[in-house]
Amino acid sequence: MSNIAIKELSKTYNSKSPVTALTDINLSVATGEFVALLGPSGCGKSTLLNLIAGFEFPSSGSLLINDETIKAPGPDRGVVFQEAALFPWLSVWDNVIFGPKVNNIPRHEYEHRANQMLRMVGLEDFRDHLPVQLSGGMRQRVGIARILTLGSNILLMDEPFGALDAQTRLSMQELLLSVWQKLKPTIIFVTHDIDEALFLADSIYVMSARPGKIDRKISVPLDRPRKLEDTSSKIFRSLRLEILHMIRSTHG
Amino acid sequence: MINPQFKKILLGLTLPILICIVWQYLGELPQFAGILPTPFKVLQGWGDWIFAKPGMGLNPYLGTWTANVSYSGSRVIQGFLLACFIGIPMGLMIGWSRLASSIVDPLIQGLRPIPITAWLPFSIAIFGIKDFGSIFLIFLGGLYPIVVNTTQGARDIEKNFVRAALMMGASPYQLLLRVVLPASTPSIFTGLRIGLGIAWTAVIVSEMVAVKSGLGYVLWDAYYVGRMDIVLADMVSIGVMGFISDQIIVLVQNKFLSWRILQSH
Repeated sequence: MSNIAIKELSKTYNSKSPVTALTDINLSVATGEFVALLGPSGCGKSTLLNLIAGFEFPSSGSLLINDETIKAPGPDRGVVFQEAALFPWLSVWDNVIFGPKVNNIPRHEYEHRANQMLRMVGLEDFRDHLPVQLSGGMRQRVGIARILTLGSNILLMDEPFGALDAQTRLSMQELLLSVWQKLKPTIIFVTHDIDEALFLADSIYVMSARPGKIDRKISVPLDRPRKLEDTSSKIFRSLRLEILHMIRSTHG
Repeated sequence: MINPQFKKILLGLTLPILICIVWQYLGELPQFAGILPTPFKVLQGWGDWIFAKPGMGLNPYLGTWTANVSYSGSRVIQGFLLACFIGIPMGLMIGWSRLASSIVDPLIQGLRPIPITAWLPFSIAIFGIKDFGSIFLIFLGGLYPIVVNTTQGARDIEKNFVRAALMMGASPYQLLLRVVLPASTPSIFTGLRIGLGIAWTAVIVSEMVAVKSGLGYVLWDAYYVGRMDIVLADMVSIGVMGFISDQIIVLVQNKFLSWRILQSH
């Protein structure tokens, strides 16, 4: 339903000294696939996500979703931002229904779904709270519920759990996996955390910086549904080591 | 035990009361006689200005306080509301659209350095010695801070708020109304409070010259006929009105910005 095809894409910022953020990116994501973009800061992984979101546009190459070029941001590609980017003047509920509301969808059509999604992320009792009254993890859950209510087929997640403490991050990862298991959206997940990428993704694209490019694709052979115990399995550990070596060698 | 709130009020009143006592004492000394009316005289004059029956004796101010306060007040309200209705949308457009900014901002920035007092002759020439001569000045005085602060608020909006709204399918109009406007409200209210302060300055100045009623008119008129008790009572009245109107804005602001208040705690 929603596959993403990126061919020979590059992105250069024209300034006094032009900066090449991305070069020669080739990437194809199948419908329902969980993909992680893994790399150090400055490798252009967030830029790549912004291009898919339609916030920015490639300098050359092609970026197609269902064989169509991306022209603007849209509800088919829901973005979860690093700092949640909830509207602080709206309650949790009003944040979650912002999408259907601006798309003029009648209330009876979205109300049930919005409630369902709030329940799925465990925030049904916090509908009337303001974002400022929530913890960082809860805010990210609202951010997820908001794009699930929107009905996006593609979820673009920009280090969404990067600012959370270790415990919260783990439970958010489990939550995301259970949501993905239920709804099977296509997910592109940006992270610099190797464990996170291994635990969540079907395929990991390891990127390196200056200029930002994809070094390698790694398929994660762990079974679904994944459990916490998988993170201490032998195959998990050896993959982690392999990726670590890979990142070190390109960092010289 | 005295409760802390009450104690704070008492402490705050100490200095004003002390000044009044010294002033009263000095004012009654023969060598200072006739320079300034004593606080007691001011209160007496003020009382007559408010409560006495009009037309009694030779005092032209008897019982006219309420009328003059409402003249000035209604001019401020009209001029200030006009400034809001034009200033807020204008500021949002300048802050949000590069095109609007290129077209409108130079004019605003070009006119802004001209003090509103310099507009007095212009205003009288165009609108005459009528209400609108005064209202125009109040409008102009309130307009600049409202436009400038609203512009700032719209410009400083967090990039990811805009991106989030676009991602969810908001149209440019929805983006402006549902995201840019609420995100700008803190700076808009800053502009409103500054604008209202200037509006009170403008009403007094304009009433001294451009109309024949209101607190500003009485202030100048009383000075000419040597009624310094009325001058002082008038000054305090202006201060009280300014304070009350500012508190009203603060009240509205707290209602609109509860999310913001929670944020800063």
